[in-house]
Amino acid sequence: MMRAFLAIVGRDLRLALAGGGDAAIAVAFFLVVAIIFPFGIGSEQALLARIGAGVVWVAALLAALLSLERVFAADFEDGSLDLLALGPLPPALLALAKALAHWLATGLPLVVAAPFVAILYGLPPAALPVLALALLFGTPTLSLLGAIGAALALGARRGGVLVPLLVLPLCVPVLIFGAAAAEAAITGGALRLPLSLLAAFLLTAAALAPWAAGAALRQALGE
Amino acid sequence: MAINWHFLSNPARFGRVAAAVLPWSATATALLFAAGLWLALFASPDDYQQGETVRIMYVHVPAAWMALMVYVFLAVAGAMLLVWKSPLAELAARAAAPLGTGFTAIVLVTGAFWGKPTWGTWWVWDARLTSVLVLFFLYLGHIALDAAFDDPRRGARASAVLALVGIVNVPIIKFSVDWWTTLHQPASVLRLDGPTIHPSMLAPLLVMAFAYLAFFVTFLLVRLRAEIARSRAEALRAAAARATP
Repeated sequence: MMRAFLAIVGRDLRLALAGGGDAAIAVAFFLVVAIIFPFGIGSEQALLARIGAGVVWVAALLAALLSLERVFAADFEDGSLDLLALGPLPPALLALAKALAHWLATGLPLVVAAPFVAILYGLPPAALPVLALALLFGTPTLSLLGAIGAALALGARRGGVLVPLLVLPLCVPVLIFGAAAAEAAITGGALRLPLSLLAAFLLTAAALAPWAAGAALRQALGE
Repeated sequence: MAINWHFLSNPARFGRVAAAVLPWSATATALLFAAGLWLALFASPDDYQQGETVRIMYVHVPAAWMALMVYVFLAVAGAMLLVWKSPLAELAARAAAPLGTGFTAIVLVTGAFWGKPTWGTWWVWDARLTSVLVLFFLYLGHIALDAAFDDPRRGARASAVLALVGIVNVPIIKFSVDWWTTLHQPASVLRLDGPTIHPSMLAPLLVMAFAYLAFFVTFLLVRLRAEIARSRAEALRAAAARATP
């Protein structure tokens, strides 16, 4: 079962990285969204340093959403999802493997790219590791919650527009405490509370989200 | 007395029961709203700080209770649909979701009207307001997902999963005013140590709460009967399509 799990993760990763695929596009999208903000609100240094952490989080959330719809949809359309469901993995573990591959392909590169955006926004250097750590805890939760939305919208009309509507409300707590962690690092507040809550969200989502996504997959494949 | 609830899970039988209950619940809604609004707008005292604006409470607070209750209703119906494949639960969730969305919209709009004179602002990004806004979008997502499939049963099951996932937001809304220090006042009726609101205001509030509840039951039954009729019409159409080669 472990081999099947790793095989799916490896396959999805190769597909995502092949020819500068989803992963590169997600990072590029993340950078473009982050860079567009100063054009809209002006380039005053103090203001940018104030909103930088929040912009990084919102951009990361949007970049993760961008590739979410494809997590299951491509396999659903060409029928390989039916084959994967026939394999040894139960649907919940299949969803977990897919979410893990999604995070490795898009979430992890965002964690690496985030400090560069933070530097552009003039965040204090002390805040950069905290921001990266918060993203490291937070982005897997986004991938897990996103997997639920992506599985629910399989076969739906306008699935691509539907997924953000389903997933974004569920992501609000991650966003709140992710931004709070960076805020605490800048102002010198207590870091433990937001970071522990982010870790708690991650553990809860890792335990429960695969079941919900698995149930949705089972429905999409007609039980 | 043991009631055989299973008896009601057949949509056709439920439709007959609903038709019998409907006149009573409609009358109760009208009477409760008449009594509740009279008590709330004329027969209850002004607040010593807020003056007349406190009367917004009688519209705002029961709507908030109903917004949460209907979401729990959606989640319970979703669980019944997923576990027992109850056909009535599918229709009940579809009938209830727009009502819950309406209650949530009432909470948000009356809250803004109340916030302007008392807090000096239409909206603040505090925990209670934000979590209710999230609830509003969960309702919208539920309705959109339910309607997004060619097969309505598939949409109902997908939105049932979403309702069960979104239920985590309900305790966050209820306790947000206790966990975070917010501008929104803490609970004053549903507390462990008893209500802290004066009886002269509690009575109209409770009458209004029952009026909202009766309103929900009445319109749930109306919408459920329409959903039952629609699903029967679709079944007949499908049967007719199968019969003609």
